[in-house]
Amino acid sequence: MIHTSLIFDIKRYSINDGPGIRVTVFFKGCPLKCDWCHNPESQSGKKQKLYSFSKCIGCGACVGICPENALFMEDNGNIVTDNSLCTLCGKCAKVCPTKAIEMSGRKETVESIMKAIRKETVQMDTSGGGVTFSGGEPLQHPEMLKDLLKVCGEEGIHRAVDTSGFASTELMMEVACETDLFLYDLKLMNSEKHRQFTGVPNELILDNLQKLADEGKNIIIRVPLIEGVNTDEENFVQLTAFISGLPENARVVNLLPYHSIASVKYTKLGEVYDEGIMRAPDTERIEYLLNMLLNAGIKASVGG
Amino acid sequence: MFEKVKKHSSEPERHAGREGNFYPEGKKRPGMNARIQRLREESVNTTPTLSIERALIETAFYQGNQGKYSIPMMRALNFMEICRQKTIYIGKDELIVGERGEKPKAVSTFPELTCHSVDDLHVLNSRDQQHYSISEKDIERYAEEVIPFWTGRTQREKIFNHVPSEWRLAYEAGLFTEFMEQRAPGHTCLDGKIYSKGMLDFKADIALEISKLDFFNDPEATEKEEQLKAMAISCDAIILLAERHALKAEEMSLLEEDPQRENELRRIAEVCRWVPANAPRNFWEAIQMYWFVHLGTIIELNGWDAMNPGHFDQHLQPFYEREIEAGSLKRAEAQELLSCFWIKVNNQPAPPKVGITARESGTYNDFTNINIGGVKADGRNGVSEVSYLMLDVIEDLHILQPGNSVHISSVTPNRFLHAAARVIRQGHGYPSVFNPDIYIQEMLRSGKSLEDAREGGCSGCIEVGAFGKEAYILTGYLNVPKVLEITLNNGLDPVTGKQVGIETGDLREFGSFEEVYQAFRKQLKYIIDLKIRINNYIDRMYALNTPATFLSVVIDDCIQKGRDYYNGGPRYNTTYIQCTGLATVADSLSVIRKHVFEEGNFSMGHLLDAVSANFEGQEILRRRILNNTPFFGNDDEYADSLALRVFDDLFSLIDGRPNGKAGGKYHLNMLSTTCHIYFGKVLGATPNGRLSGKSISDGTSPSHGCDVNGPSAVMNSLAKLDHVKTGGTLLNLRFLPSLLKRDEDISKLGSLIRSYFALGGHHVQFNIVDTATLIAARENPEEYRDLLVRMAGYSDYFNDMNDDLKQEVIERTENESF
Repeated sequence: MIHTSLIFDIKRYSINDGPGIRVTVFFKGCPLKCDWCHNPESQSGKKQKLYSFSKCIGCGACVGICPENALFMEDNGNIVTDNSLCTLCGKCAKVCPTKAIEMSGRKETVESIMKAIRKETVQMDTSGGGVTFSGGEPLQHPEMLKDLLKVCGEEGIHRAVDTSGFASTELMMEVACETDLFLYDLKLMNSEKHRQFTGVPNELILDNLQKLADEGKNIIIRVPLIEGVNTDEENFVQLTAFISGLPENARVVNLLPYHSIASVKYTKLGEVYDEGIMRAPDTERIEYLLNMLLNAGIKASVGG
Repeated sequence: MFEKVKKHSSEPERHAGREGNFYPEGKKRPGMNARIQRLREESVNTTPTLSIERALIETAFYQGNQGKYSIPMMRALNFMEICRQKTIYIGKDELIVGERGEKPKAVSTFPELTCHSVDDLHVLNSRDQQHYSISEKDIERYAEEVIPFWTGRTQREKIFNHVPSEWRLAYEAGLFTEFMEQRAPGHTCLDGKIYSKGMLDFKADIALEISKLDFFNDPEATEKEEQLKAMAISCDAIILLAERHALKAEEMSLLEEDPQRENELRRIAEVCRWVPANAPRNFWEAIQMYWFVHLGTIIELNGWDAMNPGHFDQHLQPFYEREIEAGSLKRAEAQELLSCFWIKVNNQPAPPKVGITARESGTYNDFTNINIGGVKADGRNGVSEVSYLMLDVIEDLHILQPGNSVHISSVTPNRFLHAAARVIRQGHGYPSVFNPDIYIQEMLRSGKSLEDAREGGCSGCIEVGAFGKEAYILTGYLNVPKVLEITLNNGLDPVTGKQVGIETGDLREFGSFEEVYQAFRKQLKYIIDLKIRINNYIDRMYALNTPATFLSVVIDDCIQKGRDYYNGGPRYNTTYIQCTGLATVADSLSVIRKHVFEEGNFSMGHLLDAVSANFEGQEILRRRILNNTPFFGNDDEYADSLALRVFDDLFSLIDGRPNGKAGGKYHLNMLSTTCHIYFGKVLGATPNGRLSGKSISDGTSPSHGCDVNGPSAVMNSLAKLDHVKTGGTLLNLRFLPSLLKRDEDISKLGSLIRSYFALGGHHVQFNIVDTATLIAARENPEEYRDLLVRMAGYSDYFNDMNDDLKQEVIERTENESF
């Protein structure tokens, strides 16, 4: 049977999601809802409409074409959608001359995704790169993900899975059989705080990480650094202790300093980005946390 | 649009006075030591001047000797006279000596080709860009002694008096340019012969060929004898020039108070007495040897491009290794000598251009392009310690000239590729990167032997040639988008209102895309034929009137054939037509095919009206075109197949046509240098949404801002063209410095280059853009849609980010700039 999944982007010349030059496939839908999420359009598992006022020239073509009369223009030229009427048919995006309206999320099959990945074959082969399945949470699409991993494996393409870790252990271990590298997000050690900032507790995440590491899987642990959320001493002492206890194949950490870059994407979704207490850490703090990990014998670096 | 991008494009075009402005106060200055710093500063800060000395000597010689000798002998004796009389300059700190004019950056004029009028000289002296200083006194002298004699006798007048009106109409409309209307065909590059043979050895070869001439059976024997005698005189002339430098150095050494400098001057005298008469014996002599040959070539004529040492690292390697082993040379001394040489090249701005040629090539750069790395004649890796030394010099000096390129074959070690990528990261726009595995195939396809092909490389911008054995003449650029424009107007140029093409029908009446395409192809053939016809005539003019008797000495097989460089003397004779704007045309065709004929989104009439109105009042249509059409450079078959079709037609209309020189042929070249700016200025709006006057696409690169799928997609698109069928293609890629910050990024850049070359790419160059470009990108987001920036944990397109973030990136990059 042919599976389809909602994909919101397939990015080529991706150089920050694992070794070499990669193709990153972004699945739509995530069980977490992190306050700092850089890809808010990845959170919902449904198709969404994005609208950018700054790109809009107020031509009104979208208002005219909408079969449900769900769109109207405000006096300042801003286009407003009545979500109760909108069926996400995408006609407005098609007619928009400036791409001010775009649809996020398109149905793809294993074959259509593989076709896109294969275009990068020479770049992947030459650089020791491969494919990275990201999101959203790729494990939200288990059948599709497993099929893709299998086909890539047969074609000798290096496979990385970028995960929040929030999935059933059984599924995680099943996926692990066909995965060459995990990019594994680790945000907070305190489960209550984790729930506060991401919407879910962290026990399952830590447990899965431990199991993958014990299985000997190659893992790069990715830690976002958000001042006000997780750069405090307590979190990092615990984090360092936890990672130090993992086998060597999982003692690799990329620290990713926070930026408020995604706010424009929230606006496009018609949402408001509340930065709240979140701040970018300063250089000294990054250096300090990096050293804490390095001193514990963890292969840590900033960026990646 | 382009004005803003211009300074970041392939040619470093910073004003001379602003070279080196990467270095804020307090940071290390460019130049490895005090000597090199002083020489560099002098070179960078000197304003180019016009030197009338050569013109005065030449005019007096022609006045006194006209009609006395055969033309080759006149040219050689004239060259001898210049070498005998010209001012000898040896600068205070110099180790490598010799200038074209009386001092650094003094540029000669060549009145036998183009005689500048008094007005021209005033313009050159007063214009803001590519300014050349000249005194009122010199202008007066020029008016009295030079202009009266040459008026009516110049090559340029002979050319323009001859050309038919249809050629002139097309030329003035900007359908093509003509390189040779005021500069001689040059465009050559040396192999290794001058490192094992001196001018005395060449004279012996010449004498042998004269002795073998068959005056009883060969009707050209006398012509050959005149040509060969002229070549021998040219050898003597350059030896004389060197001897005069030796005398000057000796004279200076007697007055020198600093004992170290006194020794250096004695050494200079010793070197100049040995080379170029004899083959060089050491590293210093090898560099000076080349420099005299370079100097001879650019004194003899104003060939375009100047001259080029080719695989200079490979030529110098044996001298370097021998001396390092013997202990007679240290690495730093070798670097110092190379730095002196680099500055010498920078001291030679391009000869001043006027008219259309000045509009299309507004640069001081004279396109010497040193090839570093690559493969040797036996196919093995050509990288040596000298290659790394040259990268050090480039990084240390970063001056306008000479241009340089690294050649990355499958046998080239990653260490070299990464060392080059680190220099690329500095953001000077060089070295550019070439693929020997493909250009060797290009040369094999055009008939070179395997060894000759491997010894060849790329010179000027991206043009492939068999170094030391080929005349590969560039004849000018073809404005392919302009050909499409006149097709849309039934042969009429909407900008000038003149009928410049043939009548191929009213597009409003056409019922299919195929009819449109066939009309375009007919116009293309008409314009290419027009260009080739006149090219052939101009080529003959140079062969007959201004043979290059000195250059002919160093290019095989001019001596063996007894024929001049311009007259089929070289082993291989190629004529290139450089085709520009491939993406502009492909994208425009994509719009017509999809929106008019396939989807019926608007009619041909509607589109043509919008185009002729420069999209005024049609902004929505223009945006729809820009945002909803497949464009070249996105790895999209729809658009790429159109680019491929145009490319294949250009190939079939140009490649293999005879050029009248000893079996020589025309070949296709795909570059625009800076001509895409000029061509854009003479072009109205185009169906792809490009506005009137804006630049057309450069080289084989995608239209500016239209490649939105990243560099791998661009490379895949370009690789669909068969580069082997060309004499070179050009790809520009822009990156931000922050994208190349870590060593890991350098190695990924290396992989990207290797990928492109594995796919069959000929050349790629990188612009590591600076703040000015980012600000321009913020002001004109549509034109910078392809600008990739490295953010926190990922990369993104600059224009997908919000204003604050753009500002943040702008500020951050400032901190990273040099």
